[in-house]
Amino acid sequence: MRRYLIRKIVIYALTFFLAVTVDWLIPRFMPGDPIRNMLTRVSVASNATAIQMMYDYYARLFGLDLPLWQQYLNFWKALFQGDLGISTYLFPTPVVDVLKRAVPYDVFLLVPAILLGWYTGNKFGAFAARSKRLDNFVLPLSYILTATPYMWLGILLAWFFGIVLGIFPIAGAYSFSLRPTLSLTFALDLLHHWFLPFASIFIIEFGGWAIGMRNMIIYELEAEYSRYLNALGSPKSLVRKYAFNNAILPQITGLALKLGVIVAGALVTEVVFSYPGIGYLLLAAIQNQDYFLIQGCFLFIILGVLIANFVIDLVYLVVDPRTRRGMVGESA
Amino acid sequence: MKKRSEVLYFTLRNKKLLIGSGIILIFLILALIGPSFTQYKPLDYASPRGAEPPSAKFWMGTTFFGQDVFSQFVNGLRATFVVGLLGGGLGTLVGMLIGFTAGYRGGIVDEILNAFTNIVLVIPTLAVLLIIAAYLQVRSLMMECLFIGLTAWPWAARAIRAQTFSLRTRDFVDLAKLSGMKPLRIIRDEIAPNMMSYLVLVFILQFGGAILTAATLDFIGLGPTNTISLGLMMQYAVLWGALPFGMWWWFVPPGLAITAIVGALYSMNVGLDEIFNPKLREI
Amino acid sequence: MGLKVENLTVYYQTLRGDVRALEHASFQLADGEIMGLAGESGCGKPPLGHSLIVLFPPMKYIAGRVEVDGEEIPIWDAEGMNTYRFRKISLIPQYAMNAMNPIRKIGKMIGELLEARGVDYKDMLPELKRRLDLVSLPHEVLNMYPIELSGGMKQRMVMVISSLLNPSLLIADEITSALDVATQKAVAEMLVEFRERQFINNLIVITHDISILYQIADSILIMYAGVLAEKAPTKSIIESPRHPYTRLLISSLPEVGVRFAEKRLMGIPGNPPLLLNPPAGCRFRERCPLAYERCLEEPPFIEVDKDHFVACWKEYENHAQAR
Ligand code: SF4
Repeated sequence: MRRYLIRKIVIYALTFFLAVTVDWLIPRFMPGDPIRNMLTRVSVASNATAIQMMYDYYARLFGLDLPLWQQYLNFWKALFQGDLGISTYLFPTPVVDVLKRAVPYDVFLLVPAILLGWYTGNKFGAFAARSKRLDNFVLPLSYILTATPYMWLGILLAWFFGIVLGIFPIAGAYSFSLRPTLSLTFALDLLHHWFLPFASIFIIEFGGWAIGMRNMIIYELEAEYSRYLNALGSPKSLVRKYAFNNAILPQITGLALKLGVIVAGALVTEVVFSYPGIGYLLLAAIQNQDYFLIQGCFLFIILGVLIANFVIDLVYLVVDPRTRRGMVGESA
Repeated sequence: MKKRSEVLYFTLRNKKLLIGSGIILIFLILALIGPSFTQYKPLDYASPRGAEPPSAKFWMGTTFFGQDVFSQFVNGLRATFVVGLLGGGLGTLVGMLIGFTAGYRGGIVDEILNAFTNIVLVIPTLAVLLIIAAYLQVRSLMMECLFIGLTAWPWAARAIRAQTFSLRTRDFVDLAKLSGMKPLRIIRDEIAPNMMSYLVLVFILQFGGAILTAATLDFIGLGPTNTISLGLMMQYAVLWGALPFGMWWWFVPPGLAITAIVGALYSMNVGLDEIFNPKLREI
Repeated sequence: MGLKVENLTVYYQTLRGDVRALEHASFQLADGEIMGLAGESGCGKPPLGHSLIVLFPPMKYIAGRVEVDGEEIPIWDAEGMNTYRFRKISLIPQYAMNAMNPIRKIGKMIGELLEARGVDYKDMLPELKRRLDLVSLPHEVLNMYPIELSGGMKQRMVMVISSLLNPSLLIADEITSALDVATQKAVAEMLVEFRERQFINNLIVITHDISILYQIADSILIMYAGVLAEKAPTKSIIESPRHPYTRLLISSLPEVGVRFAEKRLMGIPGNPPLLLNPPAGCRFRERCPLAYERCLEEPPFIEVDKDHFVACWKEYENHAQAR
């Protein structure tokens, strides 16, 4: 168990290290002088003091006259001090602060959508595997759902429920007329705005996990321990229960592996609904050529995914007795 | 001989495969000949009156700026197929390279490649793509294919590694090894043919995955800067108020096409799987 | 009263038609008899063994009766069989190494299985522990996961589970193929011990390995291409086999104790017939050195000596003359 944990931690540390390195490398290896490129294109170009500040900032941060290893070390140093630069688009707010404001919305939207989609999808997939009739209907539907791009489902839901029926708002996290307070009105308004983006992520997740579970459980029902139970006259309910318990394990690993893709899709959904999480911020950063903000978003996304992955690994440790007893070195 | 006719028999009888390839074929034809049915370039301001619903003149209506949606749609389809083919193809190729090597060599090589694969798998590739794309001022469709291919391979590598692993221990590979064949030749002559069907499946999935990734990139404005794409159409539609104005003809077709194409690919995948693995056939 | 099988016929359904995997099998086991079932691979051992407990697709019941202790067993009824499985007929599967749910503690799994069959685990626990002692497994195994057991331990554990409810008939399917020789021998002896203690009444041991049968079986049934060829007390089969196939089979073993079916029978030219459309008459005809015209008809499975049954025209005629 210790080995398993240490191994995982090493992998994640390595991943983070690699990601930060990529983050550092890319601006330096792109054609042209990065500082000039940025400065000619920043949108605050009309503000003279801002330009000067920006220039100093870039010069210090990039330190292009220093040897490469020094630049690299400086980059890490700044990172550990929580210094991700200053946003040009929301000048002069530090990128970290901009991100800190966005993260709660992401957590509020993504965690329930992903977890509920996973849970209900698995339950439903296992259920669908029981009857041929249901299976014939659920399977094609689920395949269509997984083939649907996140933003398109978002757009369709926004259009139908927001415009055609007019029962849900299609932009923002809360109404313009309200100030964030701890009141019931505000909480309800928040939920009202939250629902459609949540639903569009949830539905797609649901479809994907339902297929996965359905295929997995059919495989498990053929497994030898299932055949033995059948040979000993066990009722179907026990065989199904065991099959589900076994099939859920690869689904947990699958969630960890697919998290990157899911998060990407969820971020795009935020764009559709102008939901003020990191995804929406990212679009603004790209449109305003705010490079520090883009890099900040990148690091936050990676950090978030890695942390979530680690949590899933811990859960796996609890659920699969084999890893707990240190009998299987690796599972993912 | 018997085996071949059996495969053909099941191919012609497999509804999932037939429907899937039928849909792909329709969209492919549309992508190939569609652009010659419209006199407007995708970004031309064709209609002076701005947004118009579908009509005899503009089959799929026009955008907020009066651009011909049909022209954008069929040209976007082209880009979609190019990305799927090249991006998915590259992803499969890199995945094959890494998966075969890891699975065949085993030992320390496998350990390292496997750890590397897992690392790339965990990193949200979109985030990496994003940062690369953001720093490039001019981006072409080919670059998008390249980026997607170079970040999408881990899934393929994992699958191929596992499969190679199981094939490696079979008799015919031992025989080849004993007779002194070089590893590369063994992979090419003995393992790959036995995996052909499997590779086809992996390619189909990579094809679909590349299309979805491209749609995401395009949608957040990091797609090719000089071509129209289905993802970009959806971005414009969202940014320029297609939703509040109810201009459904602008955002429904591109998403529908992506869903249909990727869904059709999945359906083909399941169908082919049934053909290749007799165990899955329904009796 | 033992086991009685009459005219049992089971086909495999495939897209090309029915594979006639087991036809007209009739035999009886006396009280307490341990019977070995042997033959080349593809001869019909699995359909015979499995049809007695779980007939699953693509296997299909065609005809025949099975009686255990004088009671008819509805082997064609997948659901209805549940009542008889485990209690009356039980199985030690070929895949004993993977037969237990990998993510349940063994004791808990047994508990859940027993509860599902309406047996109280607590009541059963003392007996279960006694039997663990008998096969020299520590009681702690109940608190372990299958992966923590060695191959030999898993095999013994499955033996204990399968025989826990004292079934009248226990079918052991290739029990020994995954084990080393010493463990094989120990396992075989335990099975005999189970019978001595009357945990089980009849035992059918399906195997490739005749040497195991020599040690433990009272009788041996030889099958060829989906039909019964010969059944006789072990000693007779080894020392005076009557069916030409059995004779070739026994003589092709350099000594008793060699696994024969992995290799094709070296001494007999040709292959067993395909069972999709088997030739009429004796199925061994094409390879039989003694074949003559009469072999175009199917030979009956008759008792030519006490407890010695053979399906061969030559033996039929000898028998008729002797009388
Ligand atoms: S019946 Fe004829 S062919 Fe068959 S074993 Fe006897 S002699 Fe040989």
